[in-house]
Amino acid sequence: MRRRSADTGLIDMAAATAAVACFAFAPWAYVGDARSGLAWVLDGRWPIAIPILACLATAWLARGGFATARARCAFSGLGAAALLLYGFFPFDGRPSLALGFGAAVTGSALVWQAARALAAAGAFKADRWVATTTVSIFAAVVLFVLFPVVQALLAAFFDRNGSFDLTLVLQRFTARDIWATDCLYSDRACGVVVNTFVLGALAGLISTMLGLAFALLAQRGGLKNTKIFDALSVLPIITPPFVIAMALVVLFGRTGVVTTFLDNYFYIPRSRWIYGLPGVLIAQVLSQTPLSYMILRGALQGIAPSLEEAAQTLRATRWRTFATVTWPLLRPAVAASVLLGFVESLADFGNPVVLGGSFEVLSTKVYFAVAGAQYDPGRAAILALILLAMTLSAFWTQSMWLGRNSFVTVTGKGDNGVPPPLPKGVRRAALGVVVPWVVLTVALYGVIAIGGFVTDIGRGAMTPTVKHFMTGFSVEMTANGLFFSGSAWDSFFVTVAVAAVAAPITTLIGILTAYVLSRHNFIGRGAFEFVTMLAFAIPGTVIGVAYIAAFNTPPVELAGTGLILVICFVFRNMPVGVRAGLAALSQIDKSLDEASTTLGATTGVTVRRVTLPLLKHAIVATMVFSFVHAMTAVSAIVFLVTARYNMATAYIVNRVDAGEYPLAIAYSSLLILFMLLVMLAIQLIVGERKLGRRGVPASPVGLGAH
Amino acid sequence: MTRAASVRFVNVSKLYGGVRAVNNVSFEVAAGTLVTLLGPSGCGKTTTLRLVAGLERASSGQIFIGDEDVTALGAAERDVSMVFQSYALFPHLNVLDNVMYGPLASGAKRAEAQDMARDKLGLLGLAGFESRLPSELSGGQQQRVAVARAIVLEPRVLLFDEPLSNLDARLRRKVRDEIRELQQRLGLTVLYVTHDQQEALAVSDKVIVMDNAVIAQEGAPQELYERPCSRFLADFIGESNLIDGEFRTQDGRAEFHASGVSIPLGVTHVPPGAKTVALRPDRIRLRKATSAPLSIARRVYLGHSWEYTLAAPWGELLVVAPIRDEALPPGQAVELDIDPGAAIPLER
Ligand SMILES: Nc1ncnc2c1ncn2[C@@H]1O[C@H](COP(=O)(O)OP(=O)(O)O)[C@@H](O)[C@H]1O
Ligand SMILES: [Mg+2]
Repeated sequence: MRRRSADTGLIDMAAATAAVACFAFAPWAYVGDARSGLAWVLDGRWPIAIPILACLATAWLARGGFATARARCAFSGLGAAALLLYGFFPFDGRPSLALGFGAAVTGSALVWQAARALAAAGAFKADRWVATTTVSIFAAVVLFVLFPVVQALLAAFFDRNGSFDLTLVLQRFTARDIWATDCLYSDRACGVVVNTFVLGALAGLISTMLGLAFALLAQRGGLKNTKIFDALSVLPIITPPFVIAMALVVLFGRTGVVTTFLDNYFYIPRSRWIYGLPGVLIAQVLSQTPLSYMILRGALQGIAPSLEEAAQTLRATRWRTFATVTWPLLRPAVAASVLLGFVESLADFGNPVVLGGSFEVLSTKVYFAVAGAQYDPGRAAILALILLAMTLSAFWTQSMWLGRNSFVTVTGKGDNGVPPPLPKGVRRAALGVVVPWVVLTVALYGVIAIGGFVTDIGRGAMTPTVKHFMTGFSVEMTANGLFFSGSAWDSFFVTVAVAAVAAPITTLIGILTAYVLSRHNFIGRGAFEFVTMLAFAIPGTVIGVAYIAAFNTPPVELAGTGLILVICFVFRNMPVGVRAGLAALSQIDKSLDEASTTLGATTGVTVRRVTLPLLKHAIVATMVFSFVHAMTAVSAIVFLVTARYNMATAYIVNRVDAGEYPLAIAYSSLLILFMLLVMLAIQLIVGERKLGRRGVPASPVGLGAH
Repeated sequence: MTRAASVRFVNVSKLYGGVRAVNNVSFEVAAGTLVTLLGPSGCGKTTTLRLVAGLERASSGQIFIGDEDVTALGAAERDVSMVFQSYALFPHLNVLDNVMYGPLASGAKRAEAQDMARDKLGLLGLAGFESRLPSELSGGQQQRVAVARAIVLEPRVLLFDEPLSNLDARLRRKVRDEIRELQQRLGLTVLYVTHDQQEALAVSDKVIVMDNAVIAQEGAPQELYERPCSRFLADFIGESNLIDGEFRTQDGRAEFHASGVSIPLGVTHVPPGAKTVALRPDRIRLRKATSAPLSIARRVYLGHSWEYTLAAPWGELLVVAPIRDEALPPGQAVELDIDPGAAIPLER
């Protein structure tokens, strides 16, 4: 018999008790004033009492069971609304307060009560666990993704005094430096949109071509050892995006190693060609190619070999088989890879900021409109809006195109065929692009490995030294114990701490979301999915701009704290957890859950005892990914760091800006090494123990998350 | 069709690394006949089929199609078509384009290829489905498209790898008969792989039974069923009770003695050295006895027959009796009557 514990209202009561306790004793506001909510009310700020009263009322009603469900919904909803409303528009005429610990607990209590009340009213198929999870995540995503982004983008429509000004909007939107196409037919510069689009399209196309060459060789090339491809494809994941740019400068800059060599022996004059489109493009293609490789290799593996064998038995030559069977079946993945490359290029900030020179793209232009000398949030907002529109159209195009062009392969029991080798011409062409590319990659990582240990590799000064590491990472023994006197330690510790705090939270929220999405159907599921995936599509620079705009003022004032960094990473990386979780869950049979539920377990118990252990692989993958990404991301956090909470990547970008390449390279190599060790350690701890069922592929693909 | 050709294997072996998937196999498929390769999973049937198709190259030995030695030719150069177990329909092409693929690849004009394709689609009752994608067809229809695609080039040999394994039970018999009918109508040479002995018996002119990469026995279906040459075959094709013991012959009438029980076999030729008898469950009749070493342990109702499990000194004995016979209760002591000529003496 199915047993579901009755709702005795205990949890609502507990939530209310916590809220009241915090109201009475914990600081209500975030900054400056340590007074509790009660103290504020006694001081005359009576609206603060409304949410608490609502919370108590809901808890009291909850003892009554179903009959009062609607009333509970109304009370808890109104309480939460009052909390927020008073935060934004203090209707008693006093300055608004930044919500602090007490307010946060009260808000959470109300959200939980509302979720349980909704379940009691029959929503979420009356499943209280699903209701609480969904409503909490939804509320968090609305607060930390939807609200800041919408608010920041709205700034595009207002002038500095906050009044709506349509002519100004049009003026901003049609500015020459956004849309100009001069570079196509003259030597003047193009608008930033044209630059961004051209760069994105080229990066997408070229990285896909290279990825395809790698994938074809690995799967069909008849090569003995393709492990090196897989090894190379891990590198960009743990390489901060601008590090490649740095290494390119070291090799090909005006005083670079290769440049000097060519100048000395072949009389090719030195130039600054690497700064601008070519350099940024090469750097982006370098980091994107491995992702294309993984996508296309997966697609190639997904083509049943018997299809190509069937073509052979029908008298098709190798070349014809490739052209009429392999390639058409690969096309959807190729398109996906091009679009992914495009989107990644749009979101990239680190490479253009190091290598762009006078070649401006949207992500850097947004940054300089906020952080530069000509501070102009309205302009930043319009640029961010355009950037977001371009990214979303790319995703939209992809889903439209894939919807029409993916093929349902019909198979029952399979034949274990052997895919035919590549046509000779294709193989030769693939080798022709792959070999130089591997050489370039090895050279660039060589620069990163060596660069920290010589005086100045960028100028060809190759005397061995450890002074860069000393500057950044010296440790002194003092009377009070170890003293980390190196200039880079602070940012390193903050980075590790933020990454370590963010990773488990990201994973928890991501996997829970995936679970709810894949196992439960409820009204509003579509909206829930859309909102949780939204952060995927928003470029980091846009998030950064949005966060400083939205969280710089009450009621949610977080700018300058370490918390905002954690929150930023959690919501930017969460979609990766959702995707990994969905992929894993789609392989785990629903009947397992149902078996547990029919044995009398509640949903919460089912998740804990049955689903979670089977999800181990996806959980570890998300954990690693979000940890690593929190350590390598640049675009969003350059807006959020402060002197007190600086992050490694921001620190390195600043060193590059100041021309201190050796220190930047030394720090980068240390970061890469650190992440490698972390990944190895996790591998050792978790082990490659197979789950009972087919292993879940652990290759989450990050979208626009740099 | 006069293009049908014979297939001949001469001492063919195929090694994968150290694994012998096919071990020194020789056989012949006469032109215009349907021959099945039958055997348990992993015995090398598919590999043999792929060797004929040219998808695998023989490690040693020779393969002939007609009089031509094709051992060194690739799949595209052999005049052989294959219906894959998974059908391997091109998911991005519609039914017509799938069937036209072969003619186009061999250099036919579009219009010509279309005529050939429509012709074969009509033959298989698929007219009207030309513009559907494979994913929009039922399992049975997909299978017929795969057959149409394979015969459109009028190959000299047609290969089927477990063609019924992805169909539901109801459809199997129908498709099986359709394949046989098509083969006979067009006079095709067909090599047909299956692990289902009933299917093999039903469709074949000749059955080749494989076990562990070698041919265990070959022959017409009836010959295989009635005169299996080993324990493996007696058990694999149809069901058998295999009993170890001793044959005694008197006046040409044989008796079999096992664990103190003697079973009269009637007039049977017993080769010298035979130590085992195979008894088909449906060729044994039960007679009530007052006391005997054999008694009924269990009785199962199967609709068309009774299935008895007898307790015997050597273990168990399975007997299938027609439903119209009197039902014997469990515990009943019985004696056996073996149909004349139904006992199969085996050496091992
Ligand atoms: N490509 C291959 N590589 C290695 N071993 C193989 C390969 N194909 C088949 N085998 C082995 O050869 C044997 C025969 O396989 P197969 O012909 O597919 O058997 P069947 O079709 O009778 O089930 C099996 O042991 C199988 O594991
Ligand atoms: Mg097989």
